[in-house]
Amino acid sequence: MFPRPIQHYPRASQIGYQVMVPIVLLLWLIPLLAVMWFSIKPGEDFTQGNYWNWPENGFSGVQNYWMVFAESDMPRYLWNSVVITVPTMIGAVALSCMTGFALGVYRFKGNLLIFFMFVAGNFVPFQILMVPVRDLTDQMGLYDTRLGLILFHIAFQTGFCTLFMRNFIRALPRELIEAARVEGVSEYRIFWYVVLPLMRPAIAALCVLIFTFVWNDFFWAVVLTQSPESQPVTAGITSFNAQFRAMYHLMSAGSIVAAIPPVAMFFLMQKHFIAGLTLGAVK
Amino acid sequence: MTRVTTETPQRRRKMSQQAIAPWLFLLPASLFFATYVLYPIIQSFYISLFEWNGLYSLQYRGVEGTGFTDLQCLELGNRAGREDGCELTGDTLWNADYVGMENYRTLYTDPFFWTSLKNNVKWLLLYLLAIPAGLFIALFLNQKIAGMRLYKSLFFFPFVLSQVVVGLVFSWFFLPGADDGLLNVLLGKFGIGPFNILGHNSTATYGIIAAGLWPQTAYCMILYLTGLNAVDPEQIEAARLDGAKGPKMLWYVVLPQLWPATFIAIVVTVIGALRSFDLITIMTNGGPGFYNTSVLAFYMYDVALSEFGFRMGYGSAIAVILFLIMMVYIAGFLWKMWRDEKV
Repeated sequence: MFPRPIQHYPRASQIGYQVMVPIVLLLWLIPLLAVMWFSIKPGEDFTQGNYWNWPENGFSGVQNYWMVFAESDMPRYLWNSVVITVPTMIGAVALSCMTGFALGVYRFKGNLLIFFMFVAGNFVPFQILMVPVRDLTDQMGLYDTRLGLILFHIAFQTGFCTLFMRNFIRALPRELIEAARVEGVSEYRIFWYVVLPLMRPAIAALCVLIFTFVWNDFFWAVVLTQSPESQPVTAGITSFNAQFRAMYHLMSAGSIVAAIPPVAMFFLMQKHFIAGLTLGAVK
Repeated sequence: MTRVTTETPQRRRKMSQQAIAPWLFLLPASLFFATYVLYPIIQSFYISLFEWNGLYSLQYRGVEGTGFTDLQCLELGNRAGREDGCELTGDTLWNADYVGMENYRTLYTDPFFWTSLKNNVKWLLLYLLAIPAGLFIALFLNQKIAGMRLYKSLFFFPFVLSQVVVGLVFSWFFLPGADDGLLNVLLGKFGIGPFNILGHNSTATYGIIAAGLWPQTAYCMILYLTGLNAVDPEQIEAARLDGAKGPKMLWYVVLPQLWPATFIAIVVTVIGALRSFDLITIMTNGGPGFYNTSVLAFYMYDVALSEFGFRMGYGSAIAVILFLIMMVYIAGFLWKMWRDEKV
């Protein structure tokens, strides 16, 4: 283990380390703690310029959060985000299970070329797609709809998911598939009954990752949507902030609300999330 | 004998099924991907040779017997609507003018393009600091003490936030008044400041990059923590017996084993740096002044969907340049993958 385990050091250093870790953590999260502080302060504090002192009439607590839900379009934006994110997650993972299977199991001419297309496509800058995709979405009558965003996200995320799935399937024991073939099982049934059940951890990891990526997307949200009827929360929060200009207590409560779903997803599915993100970090 | 003859056709069917199956499995995703990713890349290259306001115009044709020909109506453009001799065909026309390389020539003399490109270089170089910073935190946290799992996830936590939230969080952290932003409040305790980081040309870009480094460092940290977990303990012990320790051990024994993690960290950091758009839009919207914190990704968006009229052709030209820069890294990545596949 590197660095040398702290247990090998004298008692004093061990205590020192145990005290230091939480302190460093607090420093690391300071910008976030500041926002949490803002979000529970009463509004009058900000008009009086009392940003950091204790509020005179007590904290407003959940009241700010209640305002966010009751007085703005925030619930609608959140719902739009859910409606966009969940189908994308299902669509991209389903498509990439198939591509991953095709590229990971079969040897055929052009296999690597197709695989590299998916990988390269996943890395291109969004701007090179922006004008044509916006135009295509408009032509299909899907500009400013949630479906327009969903279709694009499914297509784009399939690139990353294919990279992930193909490498995962590659690592599965080939003998399983060979054995099934000898038994005369059809290719479709091999996919459904042999490979798919083994892919469960990969599917779980991808679901969490895609959920977070798509929920946090801002660029495509502003390119493909513009009204509260279809905008997800990342884009909606800018109009939310315009509505509550300089009302820091509401703006910060709104940001925290917008961040909760992916954060909750991360803490609930931490193992899968990190396994997905660090794919390839270990030989 | 009879067994062989009954088996052969079945076997052949099996083989052809194996030949067709991958293509069927690839079909749906390939259609999606080609429509939304591959073809648009080609289209962008094409559009960059035109001047286009993003609109289509209605197409007119000449009405027989009025003396108007189809061509005349076409040349009248939208004014054809006022002529009785022209009628709608029901189709639309792409409202673009071919200008050849003109957009690229304009780019060459566009000062905002060069500011954006220069800022891209700053982003690329400074963003890479996330890698040593992430390694540093990972080394700090790679211990087994009570609650370490929770500490690690809390350190990683900024990466899960959307860049929009990170941008908002940092713009409030940087608020200029001496009693407003927490940064200035803290610096004030040491008698320094206050600074208006996002309000000055010389510091704004660095302020945004600092905000971007926060989640990026967290990502690199988690990559290295995973990597450190897999470092071969026997090699470490052997090196320790040989008297290696501290920085020497890190450099000669640990880092080489962490190379896969470092490689991925470089890839995601470079791509993250070139994709920076959200933070700039949220924190400064390109300001202060004209495009002082702009990068190519931001400038492209702002030009193509400008409030003063869409310039899709010019925007596409910027996108092409950004794409070509990115392509250098993508090619490098693919080359390494290809080499690994061969082994």
